[in-house]
Amino acid sequence: MEQMITVTIDGVQVEVPAGSTVLEAARKANVNIPTLCFLKDINQTGNCRLCVVDCGGRALQAACVLPCTPGMVVKTNTPAVREARKMNLELILSNHDKKCLSCVRSQNCELQALCKELGVEDGDRFAGAQSTYAIDDTSVSIVRDNNKCVLCRRCVGACANVQKIGVIGPVMRGFKTAIESPFEKKLAQMACINCGQCITACPVGALTEKDNTKEVWAAINDTTKHVVVQPAPAVRAALGEEFGMPIGTSVTGKMAAALRRLGFDKVFDTDFAADLTIMEEANELIDRVTNGGVLPMITSCSPGWIKFCEHYYPEFLPNLSSCKSPHEMAGAMIKTYYAQKAGIDPKDIVVVSVMPCTAKKFEAKRPELSNNGLFDVDHVITTRELAKMIKEAGINFTALEDEDFDSLMGASTGAAVIFGTTGGVMEAALRTAYEVITGETLENVNFTAVRGMEGIKEASVKVGDLDVNVAVASSTGKAAELLDMIKNGEKNYTFIEIMGCPGGCVNGGGQPIVSAQIRNWEDIRTKRAQALYSEDEAKTLRKSHENPEIKQIYDEFLGKPNSHKAHELLHTTYEQRDLYL
Amino acid sequence: MDLFRAHVLVCGGTGCTSSGSAELIKRFEEQLAANGLDKEVKVVRTGCFGLCEAGPVVIVYPEGTFYSRIKVEDVDEIVTEHLLKGRIVNHLVYKEKAEEEETHTTLEDIDFYRPQMRLALRNCGRIDPENIDEYIAFDGYKALGKVLTEMSPEDVIQEMIKSGLRGRGGGGFPTGKKWQFAAASKADQKYIICNADEGDPGAFMDRSILEGDPHSVIEAMAIGGYAIGASEGYVYVRAEYPIAVKRLQLAIDQAREYGLLGKDIFGTGFNFDMYIRLGAGAFVCGEETALMHSIEGGRGEPTPKPPFPAVRGLFDKPSNINNVETYANIPQIILNGADWFTSIGTPGNSGTKVFALGGKINNTGLVEVPMGTPLRDVIYKIGGGIPNGKAFKAVQTGGPSGGCIPAENLDIAIDYDSLTAIGSMMGSGGMIVMDEDNCMVDIARFFLDFTVDESCGKCTPCRIGTKRMLEILERIVEGKGEPGDIEKLETLGENIKKTALCGLGQTAPNPVLSTLKYFRHEYEAHIYEKRCPAHHCQKLLNYVITDKCRGCTLCSKVCPAGAITGTVKEQHVIDTAKCLKCGACMEKCRFGAIEKH
Amino acid sequence: MKSLAELEAIRQKTLSKVGTRVEGEDEIRVVVGMATCGIAAGARPVMLKFVEEAQKRNLKNVTVSQTGCIGMCRLEPMLDVIVPGKEKVTYVKVNPDMVSRIVAEHIVNGHVVTEYTIGAAEGK
Repeated sequence: MEQMITVTIDGVQVEVPAGSTVLEAARKANVNIPTLCFLKDINQTGNCRLCVVDCGGRALQAACVLPCTPGMVVKTNTPAVREARKMNLELILSNHDKKCLSCVRSQNCELQALCKELGVEDGDRFAGAQSTYAIDDTSVSIVRDNNKCVLCRRCVGACANVQKIGVIGPVMRGFKTAIESPFEKKLAQMACINCGQCITACPVGALTEKDNTKEVWAAINDTTKHVVVQPAPAVRAALGEEFGMPIGTSVTGKMAAALRRLGFDKVFDTDFAADLTIMEEANELIDRVTNGGVLPMITSCSPGWIKFCEHYYPEFLPNLSSCKSPHEMAGAMIKTYYAQKAGIDPKDIVVVSVMPCTAKKFEAKRPELSNNGLFDVDHVITTRELAKMIKEAGINFTALEDEDFDSLMGASTGAAVIFGTTGGVMEAALRTAYEVITGETLENVNFTAVRGMEGIKEASVKVGDLDVNVAVASSTGKAAELLDMIKNGEKNYTFIEIMGCPGGCVNGGGQPIVSAQIRNWEDIRTKRAQALYSEDEAKTLRKSHENPEIKQIYDEFLGKPNSHKAHELLHTTYEQRDLYL
Repeated sequence: MDLFRAHVLVCGGTGCTSSGSAELIKRFEEQLAANGLDKEVKVVRTGCFGLCEAGPVVIVYPEGTFYSRIKVEDVDEIVTEHLLKGRIVNHLVYKEKAEEEETHTTLEDIDFYRPQMRLALRNCGRIDPENIDEYIAFDGYKALGKVLTEMSPEDVIQEMIKSGLRGRGGGGFPTGKKWQFAAASKADQKYIICNADEGDPGAFMDRSILEGDPHSVIEAMAIGGYAIGASEGYVYVRAEYPIAVKRLQLAIDQAREYGLLGKDIFGTGFNFDMYIRLGAGAFVCGEETALMHSIEGGRGEPTPKPPFPAVRGLFDKPSNINNVETYANIPQIILNGADWFTSIGTPGNSGTKVFALGGKINNTGLVEVPMGTPLRDVIYKIGGGIPNGKAFKAVQTGGPSGGCIPAENLDIAIDYDSLTAIGSMMGSGGMIVMDEDNCMVDIARFFLDFTVDESCGKCTPCRIGTKRMLEILERIVEGKGEPGDIEKLETLGENIKKTALCGLGQTAPNPVLSTLKYFRHEYEAHIYEKRCPAHHCQKLLNYVITDKCRGCTLCSKVCPAGAITGTVKEQHVIDTAKCLKCGACMEKCRFGAIEKH
Repeated sequence: MKSLAELEAIRQKTLSKVGTRVEGEDEIRVVVGMATCGIAAGARPVMLKFVEEAQKRNLKNVTVSQTGCIGMCRLEPMLDVIVPGKEKVTYVKVNPDMVSRIVAEHIVNGHVVTEYTIGAAEGK
């Protein structure tokens, strides 16, 4: 039984579990205390001082980090408290680049919202020296504009605490403090995995993805180019949020319609390639198990995870599946199989991937992910960038009728759609591997043991006579934990799924940014994942090998899984990377 | 066995080392050998005697003769006269005042020392800090022995609570209570930490103790370890204290060699060892949570309390942290008892406090007085008053975290509560005296400049708020103050005090708020009359030549800006537009004809 | 360090070395005339003998110090033994051999060695 304690917030008595913070207790008393630096499970440092409350002491206390004590009496709405919060907010404003009108986060900015909420009348009350910084746009995925940084450190928490990477942190001190990489290194010179969790943690416009929409518009407008687009599974679970739809709304049909209206020549689906990935990966696993290959085999769909492995755990590179990630497979197939069938010179094809991910931008530039001197994928834009393009094009997204993807590489099974959440690749692989190994039909396709938002999940799956031990980890922090246990000999698995972002792609660094005011109280990852599981549930075909277009591509082009041609086009290699570049 | 009839104690504190005491020691050794006295006279390098103003300081025992400002050349005379022939070298003996005829031969005769009571500094200047045997000779490690063989951890804590010892690092939290909290936390590992990250400008109490009596800290930490159940200790000391670090390390090594640190101390089964960690000199690392993060290898930044160190401290384990001076008191409290300790000082403020006296005062140096000593006694009796016949204006206690105390409060008794009541604080013990020439706005600006520079940058009010306050102060001293600035300073100051994350941020506005309280008229004069009443702020003063001028032309020759004109034997004139306000003319004028307005 | 006795042993041993720096209330002072005349007459070995004797007998309350010329150079080496609360006793023409007796009888047992004193030497 959880021990409960009683506290009084603004005269209202509430019962909260021991260990609750005053912020949590206040919410129970229907009091919203403003916060800026606080981001649940990511940053609990109490440094912005906007959530201060009066607990009767000499100084005010930060509600976000203050544990409740029995009988505590808290005032959140005294003139002194309001003035203190307002002053601290105005101080932040006094050193903030207030170009709000053109800011990418305008109207989705927590600082802006707080100014309104706290009634800031004069943004210049404490005007004074302002710090100026050069924008760091060296990374192909992430842009840092410290002129807008409010030093809340949520990005630091995401990078260091959640992802266990820590390539950014506070440098200098006092008024000169800035969030940067050490030794005046730029982000591109660090062992950053481009996951973009810093971006989705940022309350303001200090961190954004590298904008590639200009290149995409240019390709669309270039009549000599045949522009093919493919959206990743997780994009459909979140894109609607950008248009005011509730979190967890699946917008697959509207998305396909919108992509077509933007002017893409072909609207394929990365889900198709996810099914293709399962064909290759499940067979690779079976091959490794039966022929004494390196085990455990670890999935390779997440480019954040791949770069993490290359920098921090190179000893596990032989364990990585050699399969390219789904959108890269799709790119390779578009520029060979599709080009051939459509009679288009691959040089004239531009492949655009819409991804929930900023690491995909880096992945697309890997030289090994190319064929005949052509990159498999030419441009990667995030869910947010797609939303921006749809808005720029004046498309009334929410009113669009559902449309289908184009055929040849547009069909997918339920196994593919769940790729977008942690455990999804594992579940999809198990569905296919089970039937390939046993030759029997899998009746219950739901492997619920690998579902859910826990950082590390384990399961033992009966495949025929075999007990297959599997594990699923999401976030590189949890991946590191899991790999350490394997290194120490504490754990032993056959197959592991690792996703670089906590919760998998639904919570990727390229997904719509949800304000901390919501994230602190709701699990957006579960809601978005639920959209994918519902879509899986609704499909008649839920196993990758049942996808008719997949059968067709093997029949007509690839032969069989792991064939020589498949290896040439759908598999890749990895290299150890240094910690400092 | 070595037999020495006389001991020459040469101060080896940082102050005296800077003024050349190392050469003195060398010269003494050479001269003693040359005179065949090296077998009967021992030269000992000790810790700080406190009267740094008079350094380098040499004391010759058994007479206890107190020689001051000794130069290498003086050594020969002391050896041939005093040590060989037994004649005290009167002209080298310390004099209270320059014009004074009478000399005081021993420490006890000197006004600087007479009102003092040296508890924390008891061994400083008495023992060779690099020799553990000397510490043991003066009852060293006896308290540890007593604690381990006769007392339970609970007894120790109760004795500490009874003694009323409060943290000497600034906060004044009861040490016994702190130990009790740490003792109550259950854990497989606990830590005892010594905060030796002394960072207040001008303060050097802790440095002197570590330099002069490092074993007292080691012994106290072992006692603390026993009381709270910690087997490991860390001393966090700034790397800028090389002598202190060296002697402390030597002391730790010697204590280990004697088995006073390590396993099974005194055969009681108690294990305790300790390590030094060097700080890179960030002021904020004196804040206990920041200090612990720095030991852990992280950035030295405070984290919110709770959790308090006693619950979750160093490496997330329950920890107790006290400062150097606090520890230095503990062995004596154990040996002499809590009742003895409470008999010193005033109720609720037992014992003594060490201060580093500096600024506009005759006797700068280290002083230790019983709590409750009137501030006036420290300034006038011990400090010898203000030099050059100037008037006392204020004294800043508590460094950048404290506040100024004006003349009207000179008679307050020095203790934690009285100082806090008047808007200052005890702090770690810096005491900077200001006279009529000090501009209080500029003093506030000086301290805030320090805090802004040393802010860790973590929380908003300290990172930006103190910077904004500093900008306003800079404006005011430059004559660009605007109506509303005082009110803005107050708003910012009060809110930073209320909302900053750590103690350093919360106290940062104190110098401004206390000068605003006692010297508001100086702020007003700067802002509304564009005038600095102390004639200190360069931008707000004009040099003028009065009719005392004889027309000697010296001033016009020395003026680097060519701002002074006039013909020989006639009154000269300064062109204020050209004047750089460097003051060179005023210095040169032999007739006192140039004045600052 | 395995016992308090060990600590006490170090303390005792060292205290005798640093005792000169302790200001005791019942301190007995031996002041040896060490001006040129005294030194010429052999005051130095006398003084050293005192230090040695004090050390040997572990007399912590005795300090040996020097002074200048007392003015009766013919009686050198001269020295004063000053016991608190008693009159100062001046010994004259002291040689190292006499020191042991002065220490044993006067300093330890409180009996003045009358025959060595200035009174005896100047002869009534």
